[in-house]
Formats: sequence, structure tokens, C-alpha cells
Amino acid sequence: MASLKSLRNRINSVKSTRKITSAMKMVAAAKLRRAQAQAEAARPYACRMGEMLAALAASEAGNPNASPLLVGNGKSKTHLLVAVTADRGLAGAFNANIAKAVRTKAKALEAEGKTVKIFTLGRKGNDALRLDMKDKIVGTKNFVGKKAASFADAEEVAQELVRGFKAGEYDVITLVYNHFQNVMVQKPTEQPLVPAAQPTANDNKMEHNYEVEPDDGSLLERLLPRNLAVQIYAALLDNSAGFYAAQMTSMDSATRNAGEMIKKLTLSYNRARQANITTELIEIIAGAQAV
Amino acid sequence: MPIALEIISPEKLLLARDVDMVVIPGTEGDIGVLPGHSMLITGLRGGLVDIYEKDQVTDRFFVSGGFAEITESRIAVLADEIVRQADLDPAKAADALAKAKAAYEAADLNNADAYREVSDQLISAQAMVDSIAPGKAE
Repeated sequence: MASLKSLRNRINSVKSTRKITSAMKMVAAAKLRRAQAQAEAARPYACRMGEMLAALAASEAGNPNASPLLVGNGKSKTHLLVAVTADRGLAGAFNANIAKAVRTKAKALEAEGKTVKIFTLGRKGNDALRLDMKDKIVGTKNFVGKKAASFADAEEVAQELVRGFKAGEYDVITLVYNHFQNVMVQKPTEQPLVPAAQPTANDNKMEHNYEVEPDDGSLLERLLPRNLAVQIYAALLDNSAGFYAAQMTSMDSATRNAGEMIKKLTLSYNRARQANITTELIEIIAGAQAV
Repeated sequence: MPIALEIISPEKLLLARDVDMVVIPGTEGDIGVLPGHSMLITGLRGGLVDIYEKDQVTDRFFVSGGFAEITESRIAVLADEIVRQADLDPAKAADALAKAKAAYEAADLNNADAYREVSDQLISAQAMVDSIAPGKAE
């Protein structure tokens, strides 16, 4: 049996670990609230943008010269996967889930004979994916040291993606991120960015009644890159809310595990102490009898 | 009858209230929006959004660009970047203008997309500088 001193040391070290994990849980909970509020605040813009885009896209149905960002460039040879992860860990399987989803998707696409490229948003995803897919990663960006990703960051990423798309570096862009369903569930989600949506003839019947200035085509030309940025921004916000939720739950269970460990250690510590006392008593009594 | 105005930036809903008239800087020229306006979607260039209540400008915002969606009873301004005119920083505006000018000079005039982008930037930066001068748009 371990000595009393070493048991005491272990109990103390687990206790301080528990203090840290419970503090991290509190911090994550507070940040989660802020991240959720931010995601909530960004919704009206995305909502209106979506409505406008839907109205304009419907009018482009059947137009062979429609913007490639909307309908694609007619090829689907090279796929770009944009992996959105957090910059920090200690959040359970949050980041690993995205890495796994990207690997599965990449394998499936390669089995179909497509080329896969990866753009990582967030440090942890880059760390995980560059182990085995280093040659596929074409770009990376993280927000280490920033409180939260701003819209300007999302716009920068969108510009980079649009540039790559126009240069023909990839034909299809898919966003892979953790969708924040609730505090317990963050679901890895794939969202097609380019082509945005294939307008079908079906959409024609709800043709919009808007007048458009300057005209449908050139407005779409401005709206589409903007919409890309909005979607990336929404994914980043979802990602950060999901990250704090995941961190909160995993730190909560870590705190609980530490508590159980302390209980077990305390039990064996007390047993060892009692055994010591009993032995000492026996020795004293035996000594007294011998006199 | 008032018109419901929403000014929205990508980060948040900035302002939502009923007003009498809004003047927005459309890509094809300024548009005064009164209740009952025909349905319209327009791009915005850099400029001032003026909010009128009882024939008075009660609020004035600078937008760097964006979109507006107008229906008979509602106008939604989706701004790229938006600042209250009073909060505009002359130093920042001058800096932005200098940068935009430099980018414009350096731009490849044969690349239509890039050219449009830098010229949009320049117009927007110029508008920011102009917007600071008080009473100019009155």
C-alpha cells in the first residue's frame, strides 16, 4: 500500500486540478453566453441577405450566363473543404469531430476520383489535419489571441476563397463546421458554399416583384461574395458558441471525475491511517505485556 | 403613416424604428424612401443615410456600401460598415482615402473585377471624408 505521505500528495494534486477545471467551466459558461448572444445578433443580417439572394437567384434560373458563384463553373473536379475548428482544445471531441468529418469526406471524394484540397480555419483543425493531409492543405487561418472572430476576418477568408475559385484552383467549396444545436449537442455539418444553390425552374413561379438597381446580374455579382462572408461568419460564430459549450460540458465532467477520485483516494488514505494506528497499538500493547 | 426602418450590420441589428422618410445612397443615385415606396432592391455606394422625422434629419449614418431592400411598409439597410456620422474620425477617413488612392493607382486596369473593387473602395473612402464636413448634404 502506498505511504501516507504519497497519498496525501496525490489528494492535494487532484484537488488543485479540480479547482482549475471548475474555474475553466465557469469561464466557458460565461463566454458561451456572450458567444450565443453574438450569434443571435448576427442573425437578422443573414436572414435578410438570404431572402434577397433567394429572390434574385430565382430570376437567374435557366440563365446560362448566371454567376459561377451561384451555379458553379460546370465542373466538380476539385473540391475545397473548409474545416472550421476552435483555436484551443480541452473541449472533448469538439475539434476531433471536425477532423474526422473532413477525413471521411475527403476519402469519399477521392474514391469518386476527385481532387481534394483543404482550407483550415482555426488552429486545432490545422494541427490535427496536417499530420496526415499536409499536402492537401492549401491555406490556413486562425484567430489566436483574438477574443472573437469579427466580420472583417470572415470577409478576408471569403475574398481568399473567391479569388481561388475565380483562378480555377477549385470548383466546389464546402464548409465543414460544428453546428451548435444546444449546449449538449454540437453536430458536425457540411454546408455547400459554392455553388450556392442551383435555381430550378420550380423557383420561377415565386418570381419576385422587386425592381432591382442596377440590375439583377450585377447586383448578384456583389451580393454573392458578401453572402459567402456572411455564411462563413455565421459558421465561425456557431463554432465559437459550440466550442464554449463543449468546453463547459467536458470541464464539468472533468470536475466530477476529480471529485470521485478524491473520494476514492481519501478512503484509501483513511484506511492506511487506521491500519497504521492499529499496528502501533498492537506494538505498544505487546511491549507493555512483555514488561 | 410611418415606414419601418431597419439598419443592420453583419454583427448586429443597429436600429429598428418607425420613421417618416429615409434617404439612402443608391448605386445609381440617392433614393428618398417614403411609406408606400414600390418594392426595390438596390446596391448602396458609400455615403450618408439620412433619417427624417417630422421634416427634420434626426439621425445620420455613414455606410461604406451594402444593400437595401425596400417594400411598401419597410426598408432594410444591410450595411457593410456603418458609423454614426458624428462618430466619424477625420484622421481615420483621411487614412482610408490615402490607402484607397494608393490601391487605385496600383490596380491593374485590365482586370475588371479588381478595378471595380478598388474604384468602389475609393468612392467609399471619398464619401467618408466628404461626410465629415458638416451640413454639406443639407
